[in-house]
Formats: sequence, structure tokens, C-alpha cells
Amino acid sequence: MNIDALVPSSIDGLMLGFVYGLAAMGLTLIFGVMRVINLAHGPVIALGMFAVYLIGTQFGVNPYLGLIAVLVLGLVLGIVMYFVAVHRVINAPELTTLLATFSVNLMIIGLGTVVFTTTPRAIDMDLGAFRTGAITILGTKVVAVLIAIAVTVGLYLFLYRTRVGKSIRAVANNRAAAELMGINTTGVLALSFGIGIMLAMTSGGLIATLFSFTILAGGVYELKSFVIVVLGGLGNPTGALVGGIVLGLLEGLTTIFMPVGWVPIIEYGVFVLILLIRPTGLFGAR
Amino acid sequence: MKRTWPQSFLWLTLLIIVAIALIPILIDSASLREDLFLTLMLVILASSINIIMGYTGYVSFGHIVFFGLGGYFAFFLMLNYQVHFVLAALASGVGASVFAFLLGIPVLRLRGAYFALATIGINEAVRSFVTNFEPFGGAVGMFFNYAVYDAYGGARNALWFAYYAIVAVALVTVAASFLIKKSKFGLGLMAIREDQDTAQVLGIDPTRYKVLAYTCSAFFPALAGAIFFFKNGIIEPGPAFALLRSIEGLVMVMLGGYGTVTGPIVGAVVYERLRAFLITNPNFSSLHLFIAGLLLLVIVLFVTAGVVGWLRQRVPLLRRYLE
Amino acid sequence: MILDVQNISKRFGGLLALNRVSLSVQEGEILGIIGPNGAGKTTLFNVINGVYPPQNGQVTFRGENITGLPPFAIAQRGIARTHQIVRPLSELSVKENVTVGACFGREHLALGAAARVADEVLEFVGMADKRDMLASKLNVAQKKRLEMARALASRPLLILLDEVLAGLNPHEVTDVLGLIRKIREQGVTVIIIEHLMHAVMNLSDRVVVLDYGAKIAEGTPQVVSNDPKVIEAYLGDPKAAERLLEGST
Repeated sequence: MNIDALVPSSIDGLMLGFVYGLAAMGLTLIFGVMRVINLAHGPVIALGMFAVYLIGTQFGVNPYLGLIAVLVLGLVLGIVMYFVAVHRVINAPELTTLLATFSVNLMIIGLGTVVFTTTPRAIDMDLGAFRTGAITILGTKVVAVLIAIAVTVGLYLFLYRTRVGKSIRAVANNRAAAELMGINTTGVLALSFGIGIMLAMTSGGLIATLFSFTILAGGVYELKSFVIVVLGGLGNPTGALVGGIVLGLLEGLTTIFMPVGWVPIIEYGVFVLILLIRPTGLFGAR
Repeated sequence: MKRTWPQSFLWLTLLIIVAIALIPILIDSASLREDLFLTLMLVILASSINIIMGYTGYVSFGHIVFFGLGGYFAFFLMLNYQVHFVLAALASGVGASVFAFLLGIPVLRLRGAYFALATIGINEAVRSFVTNFEPFGGAVGMFFNYAVYDAYGGARNALWFAYYAIVAVALVTVAASFLIKKSKFGLGLMAIREDQDTAQVLGIDPTRYKVLAYTCSAFFPALAGAIFFFKNGIIEPGPAFALLRSIEGLVMVMLGGYGTVTGPIVGAVVYERLRAFLITNPNFSSLHLFIAGLLLLVIVLFVTAGVVGWLRQRVPLLRRYLE
Repeated sequence: MILDVQNISKRFGGLLALNRVSLSVQEGEILGIIGPNGAGKTTLFNVINGVYPPQNGQVTFRGENITGLPPFAIAQRGIARTHQIVRPLSELSVKENVTVGACFGREHLALGAAARVADEVLEFVGMADKRDMLASKLNVAQKKRLEMARALASRPLLILLDEVLAGLNPHEVTDVLGLIRKIREQGVTVIIIEHLMHAVMNLSDRVVVLDYGAKIAEGTPQVVSNDPKVIEAYLGDPKAAERLLEGST
């Protein structure tokens, strides 16, 4: 046990938590609006990583500017995914949508391994670091946190302040009633799926500025997103951010008190326990 | 005729499996034996998943956890206590069932997506635990030296021995899957699948039935895991608890036909053949995952009932003859 | 006395769905339960058969306190019910649906015996020709009949019928009324929730009236339909009041 590491490790965990939270928000938004668990979440995160990377290497665009393109790309990809894989089975039992999105997962991974191979890539970013005593904070992480916060605030404002956002929430609450009130539910569902994918890809883009990655790298973050989503309550986007921070802190802190290998046991243990004890998440029902 | 047909159908199915399983023995082909070993293993996995998913309506995404645990239990017993393979495999089946029973009581209270997520969490938790569990070899896993196989007449004979074992377990699994479906227990499970609250109003204790179904569905994959890793000679956390294989199992069930007896068998065979074809074909080998995904999507979107289910819907006569 | 309900209260959040309701049912009788929409009739059934545990009060069935038992335990003791909104086991055949009732009900029959009971009951309710159909393919009237068949197959001592006549045409109503009388002739006690006044008044030996979760009247159909409190309860719904008066004649 290393008490000196306590503060830097928690700061590090906290910062990563914001990025995890952003990824989880995409998953939870889709579930909240249409009760679909998107099993293509991980590959989509990986696509976000590659998008930022390729835009950077092919066009020499700064990764942070590239993220803007990723936002648009994610939205479009998500809407396409919705109409190709989800729309036809939107009212079918859960298993069907789970498998439909999983088939997309296979397709992305299948194509991705052919196109990108599984050689690790990394984006060469250096924004310096702040140092005080034992604490070192990388500039890239600070920017990642700021962007994650900005996107979250944007999502919040969109959902709660705009007309379209309100229809998304109406559809999430009661799709049949929303339809009766004249809301174009298909459009809203497609848009929500698009936003969910957009959030996942954006978080992938941010992660790519921090760590090296392959097309398979999304899997880890997909599992983390599941944990976060359950922590924050399935279908609750704000809960996802808090859940992300909790998970990040948990990761940061547990590594001090026990070998790194035990962290996933704690994570998944907590995950299953929360599902059993409080399936609505730690922070109450939506 | 009508009353005895289901039994005859079971015997016919088992007979076909036996007949096919005999081919590598008769022509003494090791490569065919390996192909069939894998296919039968997938039949066991898919049929077991079908008991909890197809009959009971609970989608167990992380079902591979029982395969991995079975492999580890048996491996551990064989390696450290020189327990005979058959005994070790049976013990691992019982061990996995006990684990499923204890786990099932809380976890099966969850419904729908929550249950599916929990099973993923359980598989990942167990995998990370085993990765750190030194008696099981931690991240490195465990391996046999070849002397272990001496008790079974050397490594070559041990491979045949493993093959006979997987054939036997596949036969038992298919028979069990059939008998469960045709029993009062199975009827109770299907009532739960259709509407758990109504089933309860009709006198079915859902917890008891679901936990029992989960326990049964854990037993056979554990045996398969024990046999697979015995043959392999090495066991590591990654291959033992591969979530992807688990999901492939679901795909096979969907492909063949959810809730039918022959569906998972057909699904496992078709899926495995298709994958083998794609991997060995130079035009497709790199794209095999993509094609598998595309195929799955087409099935999910357009042939929801799977091959067997579709046949039963299209040809009403088959409803009586095809289980 | 086969069933005794004492002082049952059930609250959902701020809504008091049942307020100290007591009633008792004699063996072999048909008890009608009426009341305006939202009076708590279906909630009462849900408390009797264990779907909701009550906040207070006690349900006694054949001398045994069954309050708070889970629904399956109550079903196994011989209380069967139908649902107001039909709940067929969709992907099972009609016969399988009824067999479930027989297998897991009061007599715990083995599969073979249960299948024979299912055939008998399907004959009894006039659905023998539909036995191999998927339950999801039935029309609403048939689904209602399936609900009754499933409940009967469990060989209940007491059957709770929740609006089995709603949505049926006059011909079907007559049919089902005949069926209910035959059920009683077999020695099964019946509690029936019904909106069709003339039907419930004709059928029932006694009628209990619920309003806003409380019992406001009880007695023979004649007594109840002339009770000023009952007429008042139905005043909010003039049509129902009219039907009530028609029913008593």
C-alpha cells in the first residue's frame, strides 16, 4: 500500500471517469429511449478512435478538431445503424435487439480487423503536464475531461431545453403516448440512436488521445460502460456521468490497495451486486 | 402412432448423431474426429443454452462461465489429485451446477435485459477472479505434462477417449433437452417464458423452476469444458471464459430455432460448418466475422424463428413430427 | 364458509385502493362484485389470490390463513382466476395452456392425466376444435374462454372470474352464463366481477358493491339494486345506474 500514491491515483481515476462516463452515456441514452442494449457499443468506441486517428494521419487535422467531424460521423452512422439493424425489431423481445446489435458488432470487428489489422496504433499528442510534488497531470487528460464535460452539458441542454430534446424524453417515457401526441417516434428513435453512437464515438476519440488502441480496444470500454450504466441506473444519462466518475475513482483507488489484477473483480462484483440490490442504479429511478 | 412418435423422434435423432459420430472411428480419421469434436461440443453448449433461453425465456449471455468453470474444476482435480478424468468431469459438472444453483436464486429474480447483463458481469467477474487465483494458475493457467495421458493409454488414445466422452455427453444433453421439453417441468418452464406472472397465478413456483432449469443448463457445458481442456492439455482464463463463444452459442440457438429440441443441433452444425468454410476459403477467410454478422442480422430480422422454427411454422404437418 | 376476507386494506402510494373490506363466501354460491370503474374490484381479486399482499387484514380460505402467500401457493390450494385483460401463454397451443392449469393446480396432476383433464375441460367450454391452435391466434372471445378453461382445469374449489363477459356479443354472453351455472353445478364456488348488470343480477346469489375501495352494500340482487347508497355510487355514471335498475327487474 502506498499512501503517497493516493492523491495522484485518485485524480487520475477521476479524470478517466469523465471519459468513461461519456461512453456510458451513449449506451444508457439508447437504452433509456428504446430499451435496446447496444452490443455494438465497443466496436463503435473503437471506430471513434480510428476516426480521429485517420483524420489526423490522412489529412493532418488536429485530433481535437477531428472530434468535430467524429460527432457528425457518429450521428450519421448511428442513424444508419438504427434503420439497418434495429428499426425492424424495435418492438420485438430484448433478445432480438441484443442479437441484432451484436451482429453489427461482428460486422464492424470483422471489417475492422481486415482494414486496420490488429496492430496497435497511437496518436502522438503531447500537451505537456502540470506537476506539483508527486502529482503529475497530463495536458491531454485535462483537455479530454473538459471536452467530456462540454459534450455532457451540450447533451443536457439539448435534452432539456430544445423541442427535439423534449420529444426524445417524451418517447423515452411512453412511446405510445408520444405517438398519439403527434411526435414522429421513428425519427426520434433514429435520432436518439444516432446521438448514442455519437457519444460513444466521441469518447473513443478522446480515449485515442490518451492510450494506444486496436480495433478490439472498444471491448474493455464496453464492459466498463455496462458497469457504469448499472451504477448510474439504466437509461439515466446524468447518472452515467456520475457512474463513470465513481468507476474511475474506484479504479484509481483500488490499484493502491491491491494488485491491479483485482480491479476487474471488484468492478464486476460491484456491477452484479448493484443489479441484484438496486437494479434502478445507485442514484434512484429515472 | 401419435403418442409414441415423440419418443421415436428422440431415438431417431440420437441414432443419427451416433451414426455420424461413428464415421471418424470407422475410417480412423483424426482430422474428421477433431471437426466433429468441436461440432458436438457446440451442440452441447447450444442445447444447454436453449434450456434456459429457449424454454425458460432467460437470455444467458455469459453461459460460457460454466464451460470455463467445468474445465478448471476438472483440470484442477486431475492435475493435483490425479483424479480419473471421468470422475473429475462429473465432479466439475456437479460443481458448476451447484454454482449455478446458488447464483440462480438471486440472479434469476432479474428480468429481461437486467438478467442478460448480470450474466455477462458474472462471467467477467469469474474470469478476472480466476486470472488472479493462484491455485488455478492465475493468468498463466495450468497445463498437463504428457505423463498425465499415460493413464489413458498415451496422448493419442487420450484424444480418442475425449472424443468418445464428448459423443456421450452430447447424446445425454440432447436426450435431456428433449425429456425436459416433453415433461411437466418443461411445460412449467415454457409457461414462465410466455408470461411469468400468469404462470405463477396458475400454480407454478417460478423461482424453483427457473433455478432448476439454470442448474440443468450449467451441468452439460461444464462437462464439455472438462473434456475440451483435458484434450487440450492446457487451460487459461481467456479461452475458458470467452464471452464471444458464449454469444456464438446464442447465435446457434437463434439460427436453428429457439425453444425446439433439434434447433440448437441444426444451429450448431450449420454455424460451425459455415465458419469452417469461411475460414478455410481464401476469398472469405479474413471476412468470416463480417459474414457471420451479416448472416446473424438477416436471421434476426427476417427468420426470427430459426431454421427449425421456420419449418414448423411453414409446414403445419411438421409441428407434430419435428421437435 | 369457504372464503373469509377480513378488513383488507391495500394502498398504492397515495391511493387507497381497498379500505377495510370484509366479505365472506359460502361454499357453492355465486357472489357478484359490482362497482364503478376504479372501485377496487380487481385489486380485491389480486389480494385474494396473492398478487398483492395487503397492508392489513386477513384472507382465510377453508380455515387457513392465506394472507401474503405467493400466488402459486394460493393456486395450489384451490383458488383459480381469470384476468380482465386476457393473458394467454401466446406461443403455446390452446391445449398446452389448459394443461398448464391442470398440471400445476390443486391436484398436481402428472402430464398425461393433465392432458386428459385438458381435453375434458376444452370439451366442456366448447373449444375442443381449437385445441391445436396457438393461443395467440384466438380472437378475444375465445381467449376469454381459454382463461376460464385454464382456471377450471386446475380443479379449483373457488374460481374468481374477472369480467369474463365484457366485449362478448349477446349470443356469446348467454353461452358463458350457461357455462358459469354449470361450473357452480359442479360444486365450484364462484366470485364474479361484472359490469353487465342484468347478467350479474341474474346469476348471483348475493352481490357485494364496492365504491372507492370500500364496501357500500351487500345482499341479494334485489336488496342491493334498491339500496340508495348503491344508486348514489352509480350517479356519476347515469348509464350504469340505468343498467343497475334494469338489471333488478
